[in-house]
Amino acid sequence: MTTQTKVGHLKAEGLRMSYQRKGREPDVVLEDCSLDVEPGKLTVVMGASGCGKSTLAYNLAGYLKPDAGRMTLDGESITGPGSDRVLVFQETALWPWMSVNDNVMFGPVARGEMSDAEARQAALKLLERFGLRDFRDKYPGQLSGGMQRRAEIAQALINKPRVMIMDEPFRGLDEMTRELMQEYYMKLFEETGLTTLFITSELEEAIFLADRILFMGDTPGRIVRTIDVDLPHPRTFEVLDSPEYLALKREAMAQLYVGVEGLEELA
Amino acid sequence: MKDLLTSKRFWLMWAGYALFMLMWYGSTNWLPIAAFNRLPGPIEVITEWVNPDPFYGISIFTAPYYTHILYSVARATTAFLLAVALGVPLGILMGWSTRFNEYASGLFGLLRPIPPLAWVPVAILLFAQPEAAVVFVTFLVAFFATTMNTFVGVRSIDKDYFRAAECLGSSPTQVLRHVIIPGALPHIFTGLQIAMGAAWFSLAAGEMIAAQYGLGFLVFESYNLIQFPTIVIGMATLGLAGYISSALIRVVGKRLMQWREQALGMEG
Repeated sequence: MTTQTKVGHLKAEGLRMSYQRKGREPDVVLEDCSLDVEPGKLTVVMGASGCGKSTLAYNLAGYLKPDAGRMTLDGESITGPGSDRVLVFQETALWPWMSVNDNVMFGPVARGEMSDAEARQAALKLLERFGLRDFRDKYPGQLSGGMQRRAEIAQALINKPRVMIMDEPFRGLDEMTRELMQEYYMKLFEETGLTTLFITSELEEAIFLADRILFMGDTPGRIVRTIDVDLPHPRTFEVLDSPEYLALKREAMAQLYVGVEGLEELA
Repeated sequence: MKDLLTSKRFWLMWAGYALFMLMWYGSTNWLPIAAFNRLPGPIEVITEWVNPDPFYGISIFTAPYYTHILYSVARATTAFLLAVALGVPLGILMGWSTRFNEYASGLFGLLRPIPPLAWVPVAILLFAQPEAAVVFVTFLVAFFATTMNTFVGVRSIDKDYFRAAECLGSSPTQVLRHVIIPGALPHIFTGLQIAMGAAWFSLAAGEMIAAQYGLGFLVFESYNLIQFPTIVIGMATLGLAGYISSALIRVVGKRLMQWREQALGMEG
């Protein structure tokens, strides 16, 4: 549907981000954090919880301003939030007081890009594609967790973003739904080539989805290592049994456990 | 209806009423304490209340009874509507703008604990006219309750809801309309219920001091004229009026917040 010409080149250079705390040293969350999200690729940022992944996502989405550093999307500076970089939140951010349909059609109507009728039409198309047609008049609270995430992805896609930033979007889902959503997103990505920055703390999820994994170290957070994942597309869960996957997993584990005493020999 | 008659809750509710009536009857008729024996018993009150020719002049068959009700309802409604019209926008402003909140919250913290009755002399001096003074006193408590709950409501909206709206390109007006108001609505309605209760509470007090009509006036006047059953009629009518107005707010709230009902229905 979107983007045959590859857009969504998201770049960050030397980000620094700290939170001021009264009477104490500022909390430095990001320091010299740089990344490069290649257009048309699915880049995963992988790191332990609390390493500043969400802070990075909020910076890239424009909700937070870094103390230092530069962020660009296709060469243009990022100065604030915009619908060209839609963030999908950890917990669902669908507005519980709007029907699924109203949630999905919100963006283009709010910006005045589409009339109500046009947006409704576009939303319906997306909802159909995501298997939510019959749920369009329900409220988000009436949907299962997996359906909520799909509605949220539809709410993002209707804006035709150049890059999707997904901040642990499948967190809190049960194992089965989570795997279904991963497969779902993989399919969507393979069909659209939509540039994606996907943040997670789950290694299997990272390897399954990624074209490239950026490992984030903590205190302060920055990208410490890059691993290219050249598992074939179209990708299904069968890759999890391949020797390539296992080799990648071993390499990634070694990276994750660097510096953890007694675990190095395990990895 | 059939569900109602078989539901335990319904019968327990009536058992509660019956028990209260019994205790009331018992304390006025059986207790060997003079203070209690002076009070009118339930039978006395009810016979007076539904008497076409009431001994003390006030029953459901007399016009003055409805004049008193009308005055009280009109005052409570005016005060309540004023409180909503001023309190909700102010609460939203305080919740939305940190700077504005810094101006307002200190002042609020000082003014809010002042009991409504303490305002009565100032109100009378301010308005000269008793009608406006009573409404003002009634309005004050309702206003504080509405403002504070609206403020808390706006503050309790998940920040991601704002971020999502911002990301999708909404203007401040759209944020107000689609995020702030619906998001704060559950708290606002809690506030309105508290406000309505508080309004009746201070209305009765205000009417006792500075009015010629109204249920609060009726209660106090009957006390002065030693018409004891009428005191209780006035009290019970105040109770009913408060209950009905709270119920009305609940109904409106439920209609406006169907998403909550639906979502809650999913649980369990």
